[in-house]
Amino acid sequence: MRASILLRGGRVVDPSQKLDAKRDVLIADGRVEKIRARLDAPEGIRVVDCGGLVVTPGLIDVHVHLREPGEEHKETIATGAASAAAGGFTAVCAMPNTDPPIDDPAAVGFVAAQGRRARGARVYPVGCISTGREGKRLALIGEMVDAGAVAITDDGNPVMDSGLMRSALEYSLAFGIPVADHPEDLGLSINGHMNEGLVSTRLGIPGKPNAAEDIHIVRDILLAELTGGHIHLQHVSTHFGVESIRQAKARGVRVTAEATPHHLVLTHEAVNGYRTDAKMNPPLRAPEDVEAVRAGLADGTLDTVATDHAPHHYDEKEAAFTEAPNGIVGLETALGIMLTLVVGEGVIDLPTLIDRMSWGPARAFNLPGGTLAEGSPADVTIFDPAETWVVDPAEFKSKSRNTPFAGRELVGRPKKTMVGGRFVFER
Amino acid sequence: MSAAPAALGKDLVGLENLSADQIRTILDTAEPFKEISERRIKKVPVLRGKTIVNLFFEASTRTRISFEFAEKRLSADTVNIVAAGSSMQKGETLVDTARNLEAMRIDMVVIRHGSSGAAQFLADRIPSNVINAGDGRHEHPTQALLDLLTIRDRLKRIEGLKVCIVGDILHSRVARSNIYGLLTLGAQVAVCGPPTLMPPAVEELGVKMFTRLEQAIEWADVLNVLRLQLERMEAGYVPSLREYNRIWGVSKARLQAAKRELLVLHPGPMNRGVEIDSDVADGPHSVILDQVTNGVAVRMAVLYLLAGGQPERAEAAKQGGDT
Repeated sequence: MRASILLRGGRVVDPSQKLDAKRDVLIADGRVEKIRARLDAPEGIRVVDCGGLVVTPGLIDVHVHLREPGEEHKETIATGAASAAAGGFTAVCAMPNTDPPIDDPAAVGFVAAQGRRARGARVYPVGCISTGREGKRLALIGEMVDAGAVAITDDGNPVMDSGLMRSALEYSLAFGIPVADHPEDLGLSINGHMNEGLVSTRLGIPGKPNAAEDIHIVRDILLAELTGGHIHLQHVSTHFGVESIRQAKARGVRVTAEATPHHLVLTHEAVNGYRTDAKMNPPLRAPEDVEAVRAGLADGTLDTVATDHAPHHYDEKEAAFTEAPNGIVGLETALGIMLTLVVGEGVIDLPTLIDRMSWGPARAFNLPGGTLAEGSPADVTIFDPAETWVVDPAEFKSKSRNTPFAGRELVGRPKKTMVGGRFVFER
Repeated sequence: MSAAPAALGKDLVGLENLSADQIRTILDTAEPFKEISERRIKKVPVLRGKTIVNLFFEASTRTRISFEFAEKRLSADTVNIVAAGSSMQKGETLVDTARNLEAMRIDMVVIRHGSSGAAQFLADRIPSNVINAGDGRHEHPTQALLDLLTIRDRLKRIEGLKVCIVGDILHSRVARSNIYGLLTLGAQVAVCGPPTLMPPAVEELGVKMFTRLEQAIEWADVLNVLRLQLERMEAGYVPSLREYNRIWGVSKARLQAAKRELLVLHPGPMNRGVEIDSDVADGPHSVILDQVTNGVAVRMAVLYLLAGGQPERAEAAKQGGDT
């Protein structure tokens, strides 16, 4: 496989090499062969004009729900991988809260195989912490890692038993994988449907207080400190949570964490009118929380942007607020939202964004990619930083349409996505 | 009568977004309708030919019957749907229920539902007028309107009064609608009850908070006493009903200690001996049965106004001169 592609004249932003300059990138044998200020195109290869475009390491999302097996009416691994590619992502980590859950090596192998067959973004399986996500006993973690699992989590369910979480963190030390937790103390939040505060009081919707998340963030940090294990905190949404992670990192605790685009740009006011497309878990929080999550992303307390892509069928979201399921799709809006409302508002610069969406997640989950260093796999994202577009869910590659960003005008749009030297998406 | 009656729009989902003029228009329109219920023949042809569906997903006796009387006394054709035994219990979604009703070309829907926002959900999806008869913990606007009318009847004003709502504010749609309506009309509002039954950030709505009933009685002109749902005890909000009665129950002894005469309201149904003692419920402070009477008049007013009736013609309408 010598067939090659030359990406000509783009602004190459690769935080792994501290590179931000106009470069030509030569792709060959599915790898990055050379990056130079100017490369001559060898005879007969495809030259892609990247003038005016940004060329970056492929974006990686460590937190998506692809719903297969069991809820294929919402998403399949194939449509999810296509949705990811259309959003500029070259790799995603598929959460195991499917039906049945991904809690044994055969199920992990199924997800991996479906991912390869999809030929979109790479799909990395994530296994359960506990059998059946029941929070009672450890799943077959070692065998799942052998079958391709890159992390474990009971996402959707927090691990309520601190003893089990301790065991997971200790046991996973043998495999070098992160233990990802959805931090939520259900005793405080089980009846809640949105952020607890003035908006929930006005709407008459039972709330989830920040403390429900904060308690488990602090607990998980303490357990990581106790065991030396790697805790990855999912979708951090509270100001105290961000500060706790910042302090833990300063102490040298092995903690990584993610922020979602929606927690970076929306507050609980978005729920007004009982908008079920603004219902997710953790819920959209107060403005001071949004500011803290932004600051955490900027200073690296939060290592990565993850979408928590959570497709739901429209029938399920077309319901009274307390009856609708949690979650929104995010893969096809994430880059545009981040460029427009986070970079565009000066919270972080473009190289920092690319770090948090490529090199940051690759390091957090020990994944290949996240870099355009010569010799690395040719996973590349190409986007137009100036294209203005309007979010139209009808155009999504995802099977689902549940987004609070429908109709939003964004600046910056993915144009081409390359996985292993092959374009899997071109607009 | 207010000088410039304000239109209500298509629906009555809550009082939060109504102006003082809109609320006054409803109360003023209710006045002439009160008399219809005192007649031997309690019927006027104001809503003749209108079809109204009372869609009750939650059990209700008082509110449903009050609406039904209001509708019948205005000559509307009514259908009652209650959740038990209906298609809703067979798994039909709220949106399908709405579409089916719409396909039958109805004019108005009165909805009671256990989920906050259900009335708005329906109002956004069908062209018929929607009246919220209570949605989850959100609002119960006609209850608050009848409370306002009862207070105004007795004390001749709302503005400047001090009204304290006592009890389970957290789970109460009656409390929220009363807070909005009273504040909009210029009353001062307080809430009083166990801290476990206070909504988060409730003071940011513009109300005072008392944790002890003695303080509330000292402060208030009017107490609106809410029902304590018996399941609150099992859920751990309060340790026992007896303790609740001792600390937050409205008793004759407590009222007699007050410096002034208080008006006592209760939206019903009462738990005598829990949140209110019988000698208060049946005593001179109580206007609880006036509330029930006013409920029919207020609901007639709301139906009439949403159907496009002119507030200034309500007097004529009750004579049968306006359809």
